[in-house]
Amino acid sequence: MDTLDIKAIREDFPILKREVNGKPLVYLDNGATTQKPKAVIDAIVNYYTDMNSNVHRGVHYLSQISTDAFEVTRRKVQEFIHAKHDYEVIITKGTTDSINLVATCYGQKYISEGDEVIISAMEHHSNIVPWQMICEVKGAILKVIPMTESGELDMEAYKSLLSSRTKIVAVNYVSNALGTINPVKEIIDLAHALDVPVLIDAAQAVQHLKIDVQELDVDFLAFSGHKMYGPTGVGVLYGKEEWLNNIPPYQGGGDMIKDVTFEKTTYNELPFKFEAGTPNIEAGITLNAAIDYINSLGIDNIKKYEDDLLNYATERLLEVDGLRIIGTAKEKSSVISFIVEGTHPYDIGVLLDKLGIAVRTGHHCAQPVMEQFQIPGTVRASLAVYNTKEEIDALVAGVKRAVMMLV
Amino acid sequence: MTINEIQDELIEDFSFYQDWMEKYEFIIQLGKELPLIDESNKQDQYIIKGCQSKVWLFPEMKEDKLFFTADSDAVITKGLVSLMVKVLSGHTPKEIAAADLYFIDQIGLKEHLSPTRANGLLAMVKQMKLYALALSAKAS
Repeated sequence: MDTLDIKAIREDFPILKREVNGKPLVYLDNGATTQKPKAVIDAIVNYYTDMNSNVHRGVHYLSQISTDAFEVTRRKVQEFIHAKHDYEVIITKGTTDSINLVATCYGQKYISEGDEVIISAMEHHSNIVPWQMICEVKGAILKVIPMTESGELDMEAYKSLLSSRTKIVAVNYVSNALGTINPVKEIIDLAHALDVPVLIDAAQAVQHLKIDVQELDVDFLAFSGHKMYGPTGVGVLYGKEEWLNNIPPYQGGGDMIKDVTFEKTTYNELPFKFEAGTPNIEAGITLNAAIDYINSLGIDNIKKYEDDLLNYATERLLEVDGLRIIGTAKEKSSVISFIVEGTHPYDIGVLLDKLGIAVRTGHHCAQPVMEQFQIPGTVRASLAVYNTKEEIDALVAGVKRAVMMLV
Repeated sequence: MTINEIQDELIEDFSFYQDWMEKYEFIIQLGKELPLIDESNKQDQYIIKGCQSKVWLFPEMKEDKLFFTADSDAVITKGLVSLMVKVLSGHTPKEIAAADLYFIDQIGLKEHLSPTRANGLLAMVKQMKLYALALSAKAS
């Protein structure tokens, strides 16, 4: 394994040079979105400068090179997550879109009254609400895998929730609010023993650790481009060929059809069956550059570096009097959520911002998590490969200063 | 003092602080001067829900003037609430409804008034004016 040259990596991200409120930017809100390397920014400019054209339609030259570039991304994603076929990679708007697609289309065909859908207590709202919506339509029941005080899923409880009524299991790989890495392989194997498919929300995982969909044997996997150094407005739904062929299409429109008459429409084959309308072409094409960037560093190198940084940040933050880390699972990735006794997370976030430090505060779109810990929210520092120990030091100093003002 | 005189005084107070952290220390300090809402009035109907911090705001007419008491679970929000109460409380509903709150921009806190901010300050200003509008309509 190589040691990453973080100084050189930082040079790749132009925004990291800017100041905020007169202080050097310390960007620790990577769980919300990562910054973009110059290679991605250049690819975006290049797309509009050199090849802008609609995809999968025109016979003219520009449409062909756009289409080719779009399809290069699909194959790059296939390789990146080690999917068996490129047509198992559906290009969507993002994780939320991907999950909604599965909840709607799988739900329409396979979920009936009295059936059960299993999610977990640490899901992002985007992996709760779509399932609630389909359960409501179908009269099905949403079951929730509880979690422990340390923020780990209660696997015994999960086993007892699984039954012949279970129609699908949907859990995240890494919790956005707590940083917990869930034992997804075990979750999938247990579900498969009852022939139940599993959707994994990998929005907070794909940029931090190696994912091999065949090894996981996962049925559906969702993630977003903008959290993996790529552009906004593009995401991926991986689905096993068999499932994608069996579930009905999501939206109707151009590109997803084979033949349309007023009597009957036949649908296009995979992956186009699920890609109605003009996609976000720019983002679809330039996601390729983001994956190239991750590959150039090596995802295992990224993981090793971020894990070390997470340990350092955890140790250093615990120096702050009254600071409590929310989410202390054994297996964690890149996220530290915390509260400080006697302070509101919002107050700490505002003061850190004035020191040029970007963190997220609040419930992180995971209100049930906050409810379990009986807190209004947390301060969340989330790491990317360009963050440094010096930035963690700045965070710790900033938190200490804020606490002095607030308590 | 009129609403504008109070605003001008606050603008002057804030001009002493150059550094952002000093400004916020002053805001936190102002929070401690907020006339607190009676605990019995901390009911759902008086909550102004920002995304992250809670604000309670209670209106009360005394003779022809509208007074506010309030509270928040976050210290900085409480300071911002205190600023608004300082400026608007104790004036006639008509004056409050018509007030142009130029001081927020001038003391550099305009960012807190954007609709997406998490502290609910904009929602609070709106609510104070709504109370005032309703009461001035009633009076006329």
